[in-house]
Amino acid sequence: MQSVIRIILQRLALGLLTLFVVSIVIFTAVNMLPGDFAEAILGQGATPEAVASIRRDLGLDQPPITRYFQWLGGALQGDLGNSFAQANFASFAGADTGVSTTVAQQIAPRFANTMFLAAVTACIAVPFSLILGILAALYRNSVFDRATNVTTLSSISSPEFFLAYVLILFLAVLNPVLPSLSNIFDGMSFGERLEKTLLPALTLTLVVTAHMMRMTRAAIINLLASPYIEMARLKGMSPMRVIVKHALPNALAPIINVIALNLAYLITGVVVVEVVFVYPGIGQLFVDSVKIRDIPVVQACCLIFAAAYILLNLLADILSILSNPRLRHPK
Amino acid sequence: MTALVEIRDIYIDGRSDETWMPIIKGVDLTLNKGEVLGLIGESGAGKSTLGLAAMGFTRDGVRISGGTVTFDGIDLLAASAAKKRELLGKRIAYVAQSAAASFNPAHKLIDQHTEGPVQHGVMSRSESVQDGIELYRRLRLPNPEEIGFRYPHQVSGGQLQRAMTAMAMSCRPDLIIFDEPTTALDVTTQIEVLASIRDIVDQFDTAAIYITHDLAVVAQMADKIKVLLKGDEVEEADTRTMLSAPKEDYTKSLWAVRAFERPQKPAVHTSATPVVSVQNVSAAYGKIPVLHDVSFDIHEGRTVAVVGESGSGKSTTARCITGLLPPSQGVIQFDGQSLPAHYKNRSKDQLRQAQMIYQMADTALNPRQRIGDIIGRPVQFYMGLTGKQKRRRVEELLEEIELPAAQYIDRLPSELSGGQKQRIGIARALAAEPKFIICDEVTSALDQLVAEGILKLLARLQDDLKLSYMFITHDLATVKAIADEVVVMKEGKVVEQGTKHDMFVPPHHPYTDLLLSSVPEMDPDWLTNLLNERGVDNIGDAAVDKMS
Repeated sequence: MQSVIRIILQRLALGLLTLFVVSIVIFTAVNMLPGDFAEAILGQGATPEAVASIRRDLGLDQPPITRYFQWLGGALQGDLGNSFAQANFASFAGADTGVSTTVAQQIAPRFANTMFLAAVTACIAVPFSLILGILAALYRNSVFDRATNVTTLSSISSPEFFLAYVLILFLAVLNPVLPSLSNIFDGMSFGERLEKTLLPALTLTLVVTAHMMRMTRAAIINLLASPYIEMARLKGMSPMRVIVKHALPNALAPIINVIALNLAYLITGVVVVEVVFVYPGIGQLFVDSVKIRDIPVVQACCLIFAAAYILLNLLADILSILSNPRLRHPK
Repeated sequence: MTALVEIRDIYIDGRSDETWMPIIKGVDLTLNKGEVLGLIGESGAGKSTLGLAAMGFTRDGVRISGGTVTFDGIDLLAASAAKKRELLGKRIAYVAQSAAASFNPAHKLIDQHTEGPVQHGVMSRSESVQDGIELYRRLRLPNPEEIGFRYPHQVSGGQLQRAMTAMAMSCRPDLIIFDEPTTALDVTTQIEVLASIRDIVDQFDTAAIYITHDLAVVAQMADKIKVLLKGDEVEEADTRTMLSAPKEDYTKSLWAVRAFERPQKPAVHTSATPVVSVQNVSAAYGKIPVLHDVSFDIHEGRTVAVVGESGSGKSTTARCITGLLPPSQGVIQFDGQSLPAHYKNRSKDQLRQAQMIYQMADTALNPRQRIGDIIGRPVQFYMGLTGKQKRRRVEELLEEIELPAAQYIDRLPSELSGGQKQRIGIARALAAEPKFIICDEVTSALDQLVAEGILKLLARLQDDLKLSYMFITHDLATVKAIADEVVVMKEGKVVEQGTKHDMFVPPHHPYTDLLLSSVPEMDPDWLTNLLNERGVDNIGDAAVDKMS
């Protein structure tokens, strides 16, 4: 157990280091975007004085290194800064009303929505893919196996908006069982929220299932030639038991890693689905903020995405380690 | 009395590429209740396939194309999959070659032990746990109460093999198939497992098919022996008759292999500079020390056999000599000159002088390169030959290892047999024109007849080219065949060294004694006599533990 804790601490430290490096990359990349907030908001007719004034107000006239450390210092204390777009430009007009929206206030509800959608999708997609993968491994090379493969592959190969519209057509238009708009807001009951979220969640399920299901199938089949699987068969165990009890526990590590990658995708990459269903998630906010060069929001989103990837992969690493009895119970 | 197992005129095919090739060609087999049949032959003879067929089981890519298999009146080939599953594990059990690979790494031993009885409805889980502990005790496993609650990787190979025998016994089957159960074990461990298996099979009057390529082992275990060659039965007789009066030439040739022995060379002048001198070498993997103050010399034209069980530090010593693992203390001298510890600091000529031949010719040859390229690489790298000269040299080397160059030079390793691959390994080592070759268990993956050919080839090359060999092995028959001097290692230390003659004549170090006495002999009473002489607690790991 000692060694496991040490490995986990090592991974955690490595994760933090990665996050730090990513923060540099994010900052540099965002600063390389052509134009800045001042130019974007004032338009083409802006006078140089007005642009300079806004820049001074927002601190954009500082050298990049100073800005990076200001941002990083704030982020470390949980202060992601103020949104440019929501800032009150009273000071620009000569009076400071002191009202402005912090990035955290702006992102928090959106992020919660995104997490809700990701969680609903994960609850459907992960068990569904695992069961499909196990069944496909059990009945490998059968019609069922091939049909599953073809279906999941076609769904992953189709554009997300296409899948979304097909689902809307069948589940909202032809058979109106689910709402086609997912405009959720504060104060909705959990049931209502769930109902509104179901259609985007189903769309995303179709997108992520293929990857997880195929990895489950491949990881299990990969082990079927092992001597211990032959042993289980020679002990007269049923094919289902051989796969679930003998192959699956040894196939967990690669499966967990693919699940983690897909969950990270659900948190970071669902802009198209959000747009189609008008779902107020973080993806839309991110795209809007890039358009108007609202740099603090863009940076904060990037940082959240990076942290989600790193955390989920870290979690996958730790779970893979824990699924290995050699590491759990050293000699 | 009706037979327990009746196999009649069975034909089994294996698929290679798109065609079905025969593996077993019309073999009959009869086994009565409580009887032990030894099934022997070289690799590829179809022993395992036939053993599995007796369970009504075939591996993927294998099919039974004719004949019948009857178990206690049940036609196994006609039985449904569900019907067969009822028999497997419950009435017919299997013990695999590598227990380490055949136990599921994800579950504790006892959970795997109880799975059969519980799923087949023979016992409840708690009954089966108690029974498992009792079986572990009968098989003389240490800490029988506790050992089952460990994972496979926490238990040694010999113990795992006994735990697997216990698992096979868990439903008290009528028949157990033992598929080379001791081949992967050290001799001192093997003897313990053999004794345990024989005991328990006797106690429960279980019928068994014992598959092995080791004649001496089968002589201890079986009531009768069947010899297979390339899927055909050569002959079958009861054990004593078979050993004393084999009828067929092939059987006689198997029996004769163990006779190869090279005369020992005269002692070396004490003043002569050894080719390789290992001086007070200690080494560690990370913080774990593995070698302690190892010293020995290897002289020109001589073979030093380094003997010991797995984990004794034989291969680590070789890694120190080649510079793959720099020693933490001590030096390696070559022709009286100290070698840099790390191979990266050695000159090309120093590297050239010491070459290696590996145990697994399969993995030591690049599967995507042709033989000409595999041997040509060191010819070009060390000797600087290119083009036609290089090809001519490769051809010479192939002739040297007794493979016709024209026929083999453009083949891939997959198109060669195991023995031929090992010959290519030898040619590759020779290509550097070294003075010294390390042979790391070069014959242990080969059948006895093939191994003998390799040993003879190495002996002839030594005489022709004045080569010095360091011969790493755990097989004392090989030592007898080829060594001039012997170094016995145990737990990273040299416990005894001397000439081969001294080694095989008492008195010697108790560990050497144990090693020597643990090698099975062809006498069917050997194991019984040894157990009577030493007692069950003075063999195998127990005896090794007493020594340290």
